[in-house]
Amino acid sequence: MTSTAVQTHAPVFKTVAPRNWKTLAPDNWKLAIAVGLGVSVIACIALPAAISFWIVAAMVAMVAGAFSVNAYRRHYYGGLLVSPAIAVLFVMNIFPLLWSLGLSFFAYQSSQQTIRFVGLGNYIKVLTSELAGGDVWHALNNTALFVVLTVVAQMTVGFLLAMLFAKQFPLRRYLLILVLTPMMLSVVAAGVFFSYYYDPTFGLLSYFMRVVSGNQFILMDNKVGAVAGIVFADAWMWSPFVMLLVLAGLVSVPKYLYEAAAIDRVSSWRRFWTITFPYIRGLLMLALLFRTIEAFKMADLVYILTRGGNDTLTISYHLIRIANEQNKTSEGAAISYVMLFIVIVLTNLYLYIANRRSGEG
Amino acid sequence: MATSTTIWEKLGFRKASGVSEAGWGQTLFAGIISFVYFLPVLLIIITSFKLQNEALAVPPKVFPTSLFGLIPDDYVFSPTLENYASVFSRAMAAGAAAQDTGFDRYFFNSIVIASVSVFLALVIGTLAAFGFSRYPLKGNDTYLFVILTTRMLPAIVVIIPIILMFRVAGLSGSYLGIIMLYTAFNLPFTIWMMKSFFDELALDVEDAARIDGSSDVRVFFKIALPQVVAGLAATFVFGLILTWNEFLFALLLTGVDTRTVPVAMNQAVAGGGIGVLWGLLAAIETLFLIPVFLVTFFLQNHLLRGVTFGTVKR
Repeated sequence: MTSTAVQTHAPVFKTVAPRNWKTLAPDNWKLAIAVGLGVSVIACIALPAAISFWIVAAMVAMVAGAFSVNAYRRHYYGGLLVSPAIAVLFVMNIFPLLWSLGLSFFAYQSSQQTIRFVGLGNYIKVLTSELAGGDVWHALNNTALFVVLTVVAQMTVGFLLAMLFAKQFPLRRYLLILVLTPMMLSVVAAGVFFSYYYDPTFGLLSYFMRVVSGNQFILMDNKVGAVAGIVFADAWMWSPFVMLLVLAGLVSVPKYLYEAAAIDRVSSWRRFWTITFPYIRGLLMLALLFRTIEAFKMADLVYILTRGGNDTLTISYHLIRIANEQNKTSEGAAISYVMLFIVIVLTNLYLYIANRRSGEG
Repeated sequence: MATSTTIWEKLGFRKASGVSEAGWGQTLFAGIISFVYFLPVLLIIITSFKLQNEALAVPPKVFPTSLFGLIPDDYVFSPTLENYASVFSRAMAAGAAAQDTGFDRYFFNSIVIASVSVFLALVIGTLAAFGFSRYPLKGNDTYLFVILTTRMLPAIVVIIPIILMFRVAGLSGSYLGIIMLYTAFNLPFTIWMMKSFFDELALDVEDAARIDGSSDVRVFFKIALPQVVAGLAATFVFGLILTWNEFLFALLLTGVDTRTVPVAMNQAVAGGGIGVLWGLLAAIETLFLIPVFLVTFFLQNHLLRGVTFGTVKR
């Protein structure tokens, strides 16, 4: 449903007179690329970096402009609509991504000025765990544990909350905003306050456990407790996100379908699977995808709550330690590309399942 | 749809167009669950009215009033507004004179940076989403996938090239730089979300409009866009929440003048070496929560209204 390409409006190409690439025209993007490349190279060689950066940026803008005019003249709206987004993403995301991909093949430390090509050396070093302060495979195991636990918890809680709020009832909007609030907290503050609630001496949780059991209660002193504490905080913060997406799907189900189902005396189980579920499937997949990616990157809560202690080191926090605290920039880049590879495999799996399902229906 | 609104309806006692209706029993049930869910936030708000020694008291003092002697004194604290005053002006060391903390400036920065970048991402992202949905390019799914990929890497690695780039371009510590970065940061989510909304729309209406002679531009503004208002609102809220609380980029790429509240909060809490000042942190977080809370509250109707009302459904 979400990913099926809509093929109804095949772009109508106006026949444009065949043009030599040397023709000076506002829509001649081939010439624009040639000029842009030439000027950029000359600027980079001849001028200081601060000036040449802006010249290169102007050239990129020129090429983008030529593309846009060309697309507009050909009534090629797809390209026209998409190009601003691609341009912003290219400058701010894809270009730095490629830069760090390049860095992962060099030995480079941000604290030193030397740089040396090592090929796959960083990857070998990272995957055979020659780095100080933790084993990548072990951190990956921990991360997998966190991803599974937090995503399952968030999807379950978020889905149940959405079902709870799908019906219209008095004061609904006031109660809904209360449930949404955890998502609006800053992670720093939420994390610090969870460490306050979990604190063995003055924390609320430990106090209640002490009253109930009579013993001193320290949540974070073993792996199970530490993982539970982190998963609880993360699931609490981000279940409302899943809830909102599911709810947006639930309220978009046309009422007449339910009325028809009521006339046909369809069981509520069947009504859910045949009417409700097809409407929320796309958004459910989106929620699952985004939460998995975010869970995979989880570092801030781990940092605030345990600092990786009690065997809760995640790959992302491991990476921050290596890249930031130990200044091993290029090893960090290598780890992040290992992570990227795993996430791409996971995402493809999701999209494959989502597409196959919608193909059936 | 909207006939006459009485005060009761404004208070939420209305029978709006929803999936189905439920009574006060549902309200009670949902109320209990919502309260439990909200409890950690409520405790933060309560803590913002406590002094440091009360915040660290055992047993925890959680009630601001004894309710005429109903609650034992051990659990009652005396509410104070001192934390809120010290958000904006406080003595940085014991015995020193109170000085301006600059938090008014940080709040202003947070509001400007978050709202401008989310708005930009919404404009650019909605156009792109419509393009991806209605005029599929060659290799459409590949583009979408690459866009999604940009959200997958941990920020820490992308940030090193970005810092170098910003330093070269002189964008470090400027509004322009951080706004552009946050726009890019919000785009993948905006595009994916808006595309899923556009994909759900019925094409019959758009085709009918085209047959009646509407231009593609008109179809977009008059037909497609009004139907995805709820999607726009939802995407705006998500983007705002993520940008509002973003920490790492803000920490490394904002200067003294453009510093946002999460960074300042971290510094206010960590500085001094006397442990976390719970009351102060809670007061900052409570103040910081209010704007995004209000925006979410007022966009909530859009967020949840049945969008496809009145149009043909595929």
